Amino acid sequence: MTDKQKATAYWKENLRYLVILLTIWFVVSYGAGILFKDALNSIRLGGFKLGFWFAQQGSIYVFVILIFVYVRLMNKLDKKYGYDE
Amino acid sequence: MSVQVWTWILVAVTFGLYFGIAIWARAGSTKEFYVAGGGVSPLANGMATAADWMSAASFISMAGLISFMGYDGSVFLMGWTGGYVLLALLLAPYLRKFGKFTVPDFIGDRYYSNTARTVAVICALIVSFTYVAGQMRGVGIVFSQFLQVPINIGVIIGMGVVLVFAFLGGMKGITYTQVAQYCVLIFAFMVPAFFISMQMTGNPIPQLGMGGKVEGGEYLLDTLDKLHTDLGFNEYTSGTKTTWDVFAITLALMVGTAGLPHVIVRFFTVPKVKDARKSAGLALLFIAILYTTAPAIAVFARTNLIETVNEKEYAEIPAWFKNWENTGLLAWTDKNADGKIQYVKGDAVAGKPAFTGERGSHGERLVSNANDSANELYVDRDIMVLANPEIANLPNWVIALVAAGGLAAALSTAAGLLLVISTSISHDLIKKQINPNISEKGELWAARMAILVAIVIAGLFGIYPPGFVAAVVALAFGLAAASFFPAIILGIFDKRMNKQGAIAGMIVGITLMLFYMIRYKTGLIGVMEPRPASEWWFGTSPEGFGTVAMIVNVVVSFVVSRATAAPPESVQEIVENIRIPSGAGEATHH
Repeated sequence: MTDKQKATAYWKENLRYLVILLTIWFVVSYGAGILFKDALNSIRLGGFKLGFWFAQQGSIYVFVILIFVYVRLMNKLDKKYGYDE
Repeated sequence: MSVQVWTWILVAVTFGLYFGIAIWARAGSTKEFYVAGGGVSPLANGMATAADWMSAASFISMAGLISFMGYDGSVFLMGWTGGYVLLALLLAPYLRKFGKFTVPDFIGDRYYSNTARTVAVICALIVSFTYVAGQMRGVGIVFSQFLQVPINIGVIIGMGVVLVFAFLGGMKGITYTQVAQYCVLIFAFMVPAFFISMQMTGNPIPQLGMGGKVEGGEYLLDTLDKLHTDLGFNEYTSGTKTTWDVFAITLALMVGTAGLPHVIVRFFTVPKVKDARKSAGLALLFIAILYTTAPAIAVFARTNLIETVNEKEYAEIPAWFKNWENTGLLAWTDKNADGKIQYVKGDAVAGKPAFTGERGSHGERLVSNANDSANELYVDRDIMVLANPEIANLPNWVIALVAAGGLAAALSTAAGLLLVISTSISHDLIKKQINPNISEKGELWAARMAILVAIVIAGLFGIYPPGFVAAVVALAFGLAAASFFPAIILGIFDKRMNKQGAIAGMIVGITLMLFYMIRYKTGLIGVMEPRPASEWWFGTSPEGFGTVAMIVNVVVSFVVSRATAAPPESVQEIVENIRIPSGAGEATHH
């Protein structure tokens, strides 16, 4: 692989990760916390209504996890293409 | 020991610590001054970013706001945390690889144009000044409340303290001071939350206590929903805003967060691209500790407030109520003359209470502007976090700790913002535009002068707050969303994006946002009153309009760029280069 091909392949994989992670980002906050909140509220999580829980707690936990997953994935990807340092 | 003595001790100790760090981390070069020499570890950078991010508003006002807004308060919780995901995935690593000092630097180089740079500098100054003006007022309020001085003296003390940090240390001093400030503020926020959660639900973790059971075996949130419905309020867990507006506001806040210059600049201070990603994650982790606790505090405080005051005899109300009444942030009018406090839906007074200076038959402070609503109680939203430890009868040192935490939050944010303003002036304007031959020493000197001027202007805003400041602080996010965010994202992800597209997008975006904000929120003093909510476009509030303006920006950028020539080869190479993480080097001059 030339440098250019390598860079393109790396970028493609990176974009794929971004699409997956940002979809999850959208689903937990705008989906579960806002658009489908009323439907989810009929389900209970202990003392919480589920939609309310996603809006005020759950989405934030997922955000933190998403970034750390991204960090791991990218560190691996950097290694695979020899971009780590 | 009294609360006052404890406050003095804790404030003195924490301030001594901050000053010690500022002196230890003095900046010697422009690089140390602007980006802390690029050598800050991700952990320290994460804490500093968190402290920079969480202002007096997050610390003091947010939980109070949520406790009155219920579900609608979620816009702040998701909006001000979700932006970090965008930052970590879409911005931070690439901007770090690019390796310059500021956001206008990136825009100027990526769009090979001084015009683009100038537009970016102007946007950065508008955004930062709207933001910092509110902060200085916050600093003043916190100082005056805790040190028992008039509010203007509070602002001046705050100006002096911020000046010393920013002047001595630049980014380096501010970063390490913010690490200490983070520790103080998070400790101060969590301790009362643990105590209260334990008291109310038997579970010391507030995030769990919020979903726990109260005495009698009922879930806390159900109790609160029931109290709300009984008193005529909407269910706490339901809210009143439309789904579209909640969506728009949340998105505007998220995107705005990722576009705020004082947040982005943080990711220039770490050594490698890898560290930029990691430090965004750590920053959000540190922020999430406060942001998941705040809604719990909101629920505790709301329930406590209703249960402590509603239908209770004024004569038997605990002392904290009368203390806050004396500050003017609480007021009670016995409209039905039964000696009891009725707290139901509706405004008790028209606007803020106007005290007559006389006392009523129960010893309450009389107000002249009571209206005919059945609600008899006025509560300022800002007192919830501050009064919470008192309402729950916590020890004096805990109440004093909240004071030290509030000060740490206010100061760390003000210092970070002022640094961005001074960098915009000394680096982006003077060095890049007016006098490119300025020596490093001269630039450093100019940066310090710019800080001095910025602090004086911000301080004046704090002492003579124009009515619109409070109204526009939230809109700083809309402005950032409408201007920077698309230009940066498209600069990284769309190689074909050129200067015509980016400049047109930024100008249209920020103009549209400013127009909407003036038309529907602030008005033009003496010329036009703000238009009513019934005329909002698609029912979008000014706070949520950043989302619309951002979409318009993207569309305009796209159309204009495709209609004009592609960017030069050298710029396309820059884009290819920043997409690869290795070889970031240090943040440098050209």
